[in-house]
Amino acid sequence: MLLRASSAESCQPILEERKMAGKTLYDKLWQDHLVRQNDDGSALIYIDRHLLHEVTSPQAFEGLRIANRKPWRIDANLATPDHNVPTTERSSGVQGIADPVSRIQVQTLDDNCESFGITEFKMNDLRQGIVHVVGPEQGATLPGMTVVCGDSHTSTHGAFATLAHGIGTSEVEHVLATQCLITKKMDNMLVRIDGQLGTGVTAKDVILHVIGVIGTAGGTGYAIEFGGSAMAGISMEGRMTICNMAIEAGARVGLVACDQITVDYVKGRPYSPKGANWDLAVDAWKNLVSDVDAQFDAVVQVNAADIEPQVTWGTSPEMVAGVSGKVPNPAAQTDVTKREGYSRALQYMGLQADQDITAIQLDRVFIGSCTNSRIEDLREAAAVVKGRKVASTLKQALVVPGSGLVKAQAEAEGLDKIFIDAGIEWREPGCSMCLAMNPDKLGAGEHCASTSNRNFEGRQGFGGRTHLVSPAMAAAAAIAGHFVDVREFVKH
Amino acid sequence: MNKFNLHQGIVAPMDRANVDTDLIIPKQFLKSIKRSGFGPNLFDELRYLDEGQPDQDASQRPLNPDFVLNLPRYKGASVLLARKNFGCGSSREHAPWALEDFGFRAIIAPSFADIFYNNCFKNGLLPIVLDESVVDELFIEAQAVEGYELAIDLERQRVCKPDGSEIEFNVDGFRRHCLLNGLDDIGLTLQYADDIHAYEARRSSAAPWLFDTTK
Repeated sequence: MLLRASSAESCQPILEERKMAGKTLYDKLWQDHLVRQNDDGSALIYIDRHLLHEVTSPQAFEGLRIANRKPWRIDANLATPDHNVPTTERSSGVQGIADPVSRIQVQTLDDNCESFGITEFKMNDLRQGIVHVVGPEQGATLPGMTVVCGDSHTSTHGAFATLAHGIGTSEVEHVLATQCLITKKMDNMLVRIDGQLGTGVTAKDVILHVIGVIGTAGGTGYAIEFGGSAMAGISMEGRMTICNMAIEAGARVGLVACDQITVDYVKGRPYSPKGANWDLAVDAWKNLVSDVDAQFDAVVQVNAADIEPQVTWGTSPEMVAGVSGKVPNPAAQTDVTKREGYSRALQYMGLQADQDITAIQLDRVFIGSCTNSRIEDLREAAAVVKGRKVASTLKQALVVPGSGLVKAQAEAEGLDKIFIDAGIEWREPGCSMCLAMNPDKLGAGEHCASTSNRNFEGRQGFGGRTHLVSPAMAAAAAIAGHFVDVREFVKH
Repeated sequence: MNKFNLHQGIVAPMDRANVDTDLIIPKQFLKSIKRSGFGPNLFDELRYLDEGQPDQDASQRPLNPDFVLNLPRYKGASVLLARKNFGCGSSREHAPWALEDFGFRAIIAPSFADIFYNNCFKNGLLPIVLDESVVDELFIEAQAVEGYELAIDLERQRVCKPDGSEIEFNVDGFRRHCLLNGLDDIGLTLQYADDIHAYEARRSSAAPWLFDTTK
């Protein structure tokens, strides 16, 4: 499945071949942003858009202050608090955040943006939300840009044919001070998804399946471009879901070529180019595709028709199975590290080897996160729960929209009523239970069907057990109280 | 940033693949607005038996006696021996901050997640990639010999074993230079301010829509 050009013999001819060959989308984006190539292999690349949130920025602003430095280009920055904000009633503002440390962090972002003059959508601004929802929604993420943020899920923005990736806090400070990053070029990987996705199979299932195939380190060192005939038919929301989780396959960067779907999504957004600039931009964006003769360092091929709705059973996103499958048996694993990892995961998750995926009983359901909290995700979930009630065995089900604007749109469509009538809580926007930095969290031992991106130990709360699924699968699970095949479910 | 040149220390073997950043430093400790003080909460969920909260006195918490860093023989360890894909997950720099604050100066593993790997160098922490078979051997030796130490020579790019044998490792030239000299990346980049201005001038005429966008 994975074809990699890595042996010493094959390297040289391939390098030469690549010089002759066309460029990948990643090669073009890299070239367009190269400020300086150093002799030691490192390079300085220019950053067009820097998104900030409250968790990974305070130490960077502090660093600027200590060194008496100013941001290089104020208008390239856009901030919003998302990780810590409560998703319940918040009319009393930042001072009303119950957790004192969360309150300080949100307040610190407000203070820093104010003192450095950075545009911020504050907690009670309608435009506030998860950075990776807000950027695209505002047109602050545009095709052909470089986008960085102190958050690994910045790969999301690659859906727009942007070179986007997560950075650490030292790099947040570096970007603020210089508008550049010191980095090295990655290798190119193409994940080709060809054919037609089955009914009830979504972008989330595609990316979980891909991670299951290549593993959580399969993309390390690569920029992954998702292509193939199936990708061409996937919406921007779906493409964002797929690129969002490129990092869960180890790749900092996920990419999708720019096409008419991209251009249509971007048009008319607050920060999108207008007038003559729009025409100029659209013309330039036509080049944001890999050339037909571009050479990739690795190619993975996936048949869309083979993908069924996915459910993770373990503590790493690669520990995933189709909904008709079973929890694997560690004893059947030949690799020792894998066998031990599987055993540890089953113990943590409280699951039995060979147990049916559909036999996993749930305590909570979370629909939200930068992976799946956009309007299309909420529509998908609402279509499943409409006219139904959540299982009485469930302790909680909640929907957390990705931004204030997503929330308003959903309410205009009446989706909030569908959720509330079904017994699902309708919340204010934020990261919420994806990483449980705010009060939304799992109790020890509780199983959660979650549309988020990480099922690591303790991620959603100490001792919590996360199962990653699509919004439709999460919604169906909320009604049934355990996992069900959403394709069967919608028939009845 | 701390310089890194020669370091010798006790090796703690953490025999687990795919150690993620949530495991290295759980999210409830990311609320600090400082860079220091994360050491007591390094590997919090593995190290303690209770659920960790910010502002707790760590010395009063029940320790997990089975966790490697709680074993007396690894007290004072400053070299972490780990398995593949160490540091996967989020971009939180709190992960290397916690490792560094605890006292680690180097981590040896067959592979690291990209963002974590990059973050280490910004904090005087050296991640060393060695072949899986070599790492396997080091695990056996570190577990067999109490007080097992390794010396790491960044200048010569060598891990020196107690028996005098040496293992060569690779590290990117720029990162090595910065770590050896404790250099500030921002200061280095600002030396190229003219290049950045020149790039902006070029780019803003070719792609004017990319400038003055959120004002």
